[in-house]
Amino acid sequence: MKNVFKFLVMLAWLALVAFSCGKETENPKPEPEPTGPKSVQFKKPSYFPEPVYDLSKNPLTEEGIELGRFLFYDGILSRTDKIGCGTCHQQQAAFTHHGHDLSHGVDDLIGTRNSPSVQNMAWSTSFFWDGGVHAMDEVPPVPIQNEVEMGERTGNVIDKLKKTPVAGAAKQVDYPKMFKAAFGTEEITADKMMKALSQFMMTMVSATSRYDYYLQGDASALNAQEKEGLSVFKQKCSSCHATELFTDHSFRNNGLPPNRINDQGRYAITLNENDRLKFKVPSLRNIGLTAPYMHDGRFNTLEEVLNHYANDNVKSSIHESVTLDPLLKTGAKPGIQLNAAEKQSIIAFLRTLNDQQFISDKRFSDPGVGTSF
Amino acid sequence: MKKYSSVSVAITFLALALFQLSCSNDDEPTVESGSMLVHFDNMVGNEDLVLNSGNYINVAGEDFTVTRLNYYVSNIRLTKADGSSFTVPKDSSYFLIREGNVPSQTVRINDIPVGNYTGIEYVIGVDSLKSIDEPENRKGILDIYTGPTNEETMYWNWNPGYIFLKFEGKSEVSTTANGKYEYHIGGFGGRTEKTLNNIKTVKLSFGNQTAAVSTTTSPQVYIKADILKIFGGPTQLSIAKNPGVMFMPFSANIAANYANMFSVKEVQAN
Repeated sequence: MKNVFKFLVMLAWLALVAFSCGKETENPKPEPEPTGPKSVQFKKPSYFPEPVYDLSKNPLTEEGIELGRFLFYDGILSRTDKIGCGTCHQQQAAFTHHGHDLSHGVDDLIGTRNSPSVQNMAWSTSFFWDGGVHAMDEVPPVPIQNEVEMGERTGNVIDKLKKTPVAGAAKQVDYPKMFKAAFGTEEITADKMMKALSQFMMTMVSATSRYDYYLQGDASALNAQEKEGLSVFKQKCSSCHATELFTDHSFRNNGLPPNRINDQGRYAITLNENDRLKFKVPSLRNIGLTAPYMHDGRFNTLEEVLNHYANDNVKSSIHESVTLDPLLKTGAKPGIQLNAAEKQSIIAFLRTLNDQQFISDKRFSDPGVGTSF
Repeated sequence: MKKYSSVSVAITFLALALFQLSCSNDDEPTVESGSMLVHFDNMVGNEDLVLNSGNYINVAGEDFTVTRLNYYVSNIRLTKADGSSFTVPKDSSYFLIREGNVPSQTVRINDIPVGNYTGIEYVIGVDSLKSIDEPENRKGILDIYTGPTNEETMYWNWNPGYIFLKFEGKSEVSTTANGKYEYHIGGFGGRTEKTLNNIKTVKLSFGNQTAAVSTTTSPQVYIKADILKIFGGPTQLSIAKNPGVMFMPFSANIAANYANMFSVKEVQAN
């Protein structure tokens, strides 16, 4: 019996030693509090592929998503404290800068590319028109530090967030408190800021359009013309605008003549001659809400977009260069053969991708800290 | 019962001993070690570089001033006459030399095994593995969000990667609106596909001098970086022709030039 006791003491000692061996660098658990961040389950539409973003490194919580929403809209991210992400990514335009071919940033400076939609980011393999960035957490510093977008340094943003709430601000936001709620510590770091923004963007899933109801078995969700459009679309557009995300995530030269600044697109990232004039194939979800179109917003309507691809004017709309996509070179003349009725039905179909629920969902709306113009 | 217990006690002790073994610090020096200081002295020919007010002439005969000169030095290796070497552990082998910050120009290397070293090798820039490491593992001078300071950030976030060398100033011959020239040279080879690789390794011999590291003496190595060599090397760089060079194929010429700008000035015993 004595020996058994001795054995137990030994075991206890052993446990202590083992415990003291624990790595000190492991994330300290938040102090025991009555409630911690409430975990949120990521819901994937059944017909979407597996998300690309690794949630195990940044699990979703209600508090993290809420912090991300405030950061997304707050102009504090910019040098002038006026331009938030939500300034150029407005909800009613499916998180694009409605009506702006090129976005306006700080001091009315004008960028070089059209503001892309912030939606279904969880599935993106790369970001921006040229795909320069490969990880969602590394997306926000790009517009923040771009001199004509938000014109700020990420380090300054962190300093400003630490000093909140700011006396006299129109909307009092206490970021140290929100970071503590989301991450268990008041310490504000860039890593945590980017994680919160990613959590919010992870929730911005658009999959409740009429087309989605059709996919889920409601045949009446599309009318005859829209169904016809879907069928033409599948034949003539879906090799690039593939899957239910409507993009194959590739970079292609779709024959747009180079613009005034001779933007070479993907080439600037890879310096590969084969990438000249190539841009990301964008998703077409909510396309009816995101005019103007193309990387520089040169087309105002979907009709203009289809006329470009159809290339049926006397003067060719397609700029022929060595990197022009092979899929546009299958006929006698570059482009995609489309008659007037086909164009109309495709456009009718594309409009069924408008997701009213997504653009009116309060979970994605400005909590009252944003500026939009 | 008694027998069983004593076996258990023995096993427990064994386990305990194992745990303690795993607890012990693996980095405990088994050989005697010392340290070395490496000073980077940025010069213009034989003159000391003076930011802003110094006026200089480059190899193409163009006037210039320097407003900023920053470069990374990493992956340091100390070599011996017999061909053996000591590689500084990766986690303490990244430095950013800034002309505007005197302390940054002295690199301190610790835990060097005692011995006579006859040369030094290092990378100008940041290697590809570190360039794609998780942001959480890249802090201090490698912080991708805040940089060493907000003004001196050395990272391209739109095409993620470090700027290995940042060299800026003014010149009468510059064709830019503000009269500046700006050379931001980087490119670690690409993450998803192969692209520009401007990682350069410098190998310097101490010549007939030796840096003797002992437990009591810390030798000091003075390295001269002659910025005129940035303009003149395999390719002559003209400010008038190329006032701005960043992530573009031409940058390879500038990297090839500055790879040759270092030389050992002096080795001091202590």
